[in-house]
Amino acid sequence: MRIALFVTCLADTLFPQAGVATVQLLERLGHQVDFPQAQTCCGQMHVNTGYQAAALPLISRYVEVFEGYDVIVVPSGSCTGSIRHQHAMVARRAGDEALARRAEAVAARSYELSQLLVDVLEVEDVGAYYPHRVTYHPTCHSLRLLGVGDRPLRLLRQVAGLELVELPDAEVCCGFGGTFAVKNADTSTAMLADKMRNVLATRAEVCTAGDSSCLMHIGGGLSRLRAGTRTVHLAEILASTP
Amino acid sequence: MSTPVYLGMPTAPRGVGHLRGEPFPAAARRALADSQLRRNLGRATATIRAKRAAVVAELPDWEELRAAGSAIKAGTMAHLDRYLEQLEEQVTARGGVVHWARDAVEANRIVVDLVRATGATEAVKVKSIVTDEIGLNEALAAAGIRARETDLAELIVQLGRDRPSHILVPAIHRNRAEIRDIFLREMSDAPPGLTDSPAALTEAARLHLRRAFLSARVGISGANFAIAETGTLCVVESEGNGRMCLTLPDTLITVMGIEKILPTWADLGVFLQLLPRSSTGERMNPYTSMWTGVTPGDGPQQFHLVLLDNGRTAALADPAGRSALHCIRCSACLNVCPVYERTGGHAYGSVYPGPIGAILSPMLTGVEDNASLPYASSLCGACYEACPVKIDIPSILVHLRARHVEETHRPTPEAVTMAAASWVLARPGRLRAGQRAGRLGRLLSRDGRIRRLPPPLAGWTAARDAPAPPAQTFRQWWRSRAGGTR
Repeated sequence: MRIALFVTCLADTLFPQAGVATVQLLERLGHQVDFPQAQTCCGQMHVNTGYQAAALPLISRYVEVFEGYDVIVVPSGSCTGSIRHQHAMVARRAGDEALARRAEAVAARSYELSQLLVDVLEVEDVGAYYPHRVTYHPTCHSLRLLGVGDRPLRLLRQVAGLELVELPDAEVCCGFGGTFAVKNADTSTAMLADKMRNVLATRAEVCTAGDSSCLMHIGGGLSRLRAGTRTVHLAEILASTP
Repeated sequence: MSTPVYLGMPTAPRGVGHLRGEPFPAAARRALADSQLRRNLGRATATIRAKRAAVVAELPDWEELRAAGSAIKAGTMAHLDRYLEQLEEQVTARGGVVHWARDAVEANRIVVDLVRATGATEAVKVKSIVTDEIGLNEALAAAGIRARETDLAELIVQLGRDRPSHILVPAIHRNRAEIRDIFLREMSDAPPGLTDSPAALTEAARLHLRRAFLSARVGISGANFAIAETGTLCVVESEGNGRMCLTLPDTLITVMGIEKILPTWADLGVFLQLLPRSSTGERMNPYTSMWTGVTPGDGPQQFHLVLLDNGRTAALADPAGRSALHCIRCSACLNVCPVYERTGGHAYGSVYPGPIGAILSPMLTGVEDNASLPYASSLCGACYEACPVKIDIPSILVHLRARHVEETHRPTPEAVTMAAASWVLARPGRLRAGQRAGRLGRLLSRDGRIRRLPPPLAGWTAARDAPAPPAQTFRQWWRSRAGGTR
């Protein structure tokens, strides 16, 4: 299958390994990956901070770049959430009904990685090998906005060598929330403290998730504490082989 | 941008009532430092969350009930004018008197005049958020009338000269040792050897309040629901103090937000299933009081209904936010909110705290008067999932943030940053250049991490490391890759 990759501006700039892993994984499964180089950003940060007018050109670009593809993969639950639940809404609020309709059509073909694997490619065992103790943080937008359910866990359970440990209070937000972490840094830190406490209680070596942004937050906290637990994107685990 | 239609509608006036506070981040910072508060809230919300989850899971048709609740509210709001007039007609026909209050100032004046006309200098109150919204107790006190809270938690708050911090459990921020201290200090008839056992505390409050109930000539309440077809008012509660206030005094004054109306009794059936399970985590609340006008020889012989706007019409005029008015004050969203659980209700500066308060307060006051509240959320969505009438709180928060930005006409550093970011992200070439410039961030880093960033990102690195920009971006990797599929 020919799959277009929307790598997201965050992974492109700060976490390229998540994008690289997505490409390697999908190619290993026999698919052709396209990276349309005109892509930039989904606009979520602007929308969630209140700058919808500034988000509009980014949304319009996403639609233009990807509307020629049948299947688009996004290694981020929150960017997929923004594409699916915000793009058309922002276009409509700006009075651009035509863009809203196009955005809806592209959004319906845009999948978060675990959704793509389980629902579209119908694979749970991707042939990965990852001999580490791992805990999984579901991330709010994957969980509640996209409803990915246990798809990431089903994928992780098939990974050879991987010891999966349940994260206590897994469904509670880590406190990132985009600019929330800066505007309400104290509250965000209090939420992060509880998330880290739960991650550390699992004695896992790796905390994984389907979103580089939440991982940047949790990982930033763990790194500051020199806690000895690292964060790794789900795609990287699924791309690992012996 | 399409022109918003909500501009110009009167909002809740300043200088009266309790809908505004200091900016959320500052108030939250103080609350977060209170370890006793954190513990009290953590325990209480975890208990209510578990109870709610258990009783909601019992119902196979919970999602259908939520959908019905949402549809009834949407339908009612679409014809609010008609239902309100029907309610007035029915209440009047059954011996009640209806008063229309544009805002808090008018409502307070109406209630003060009504109490004065009875000659009473004291009134007993049923737990009511709307009367706290308008600052009624202060208005009564200024007129020499003592308002006595009779709900246990409201009594604790009133005696402690405190503020409520939760919609359902106003004293949730207090533990029982703190409550015992308040009673011993402020309640003249508290038994000297009072312990902090819940039974002893409740009994002390019960004896204290009994005297007030028996002597009261005026009762003041809010309303959970009003049924337009018969003019019936409804209050649900757990303690029975409400039943006392609604039946014993000769005069009953009910203050009700205009959004509390339901067209029919059949509609009420849906909400009496949704509300107790969502709020106290009970299948049914212990006391459901309903009254229709005046019944000669039974209960209050004077009944006044004050219908309050106080910014509700302005909220109704905003199509993207109006469903905030569907709220039935169950507080399920507070109990599941990770922000509320850590900051408590006082940080929101309004009688409506938590996720619902973060949308409702700015809609009632105008966004500029509560500009920090729409940002007091990580948009995790737990509130939307728990809401019994399916208010999409995260989407309304995002909408109110947009209203705030659009209504701010002076340029802010944030607006400049956002515009610059949008410019960079609008073209891949600019993004590549930005990424090249950002790589200078590697100079700040050690071992792949950055320990201190300048403002506005300093808040991030106060408690977290930031990742150093990698040697190669994804797009560079893609271009450099030999044998790639494209």
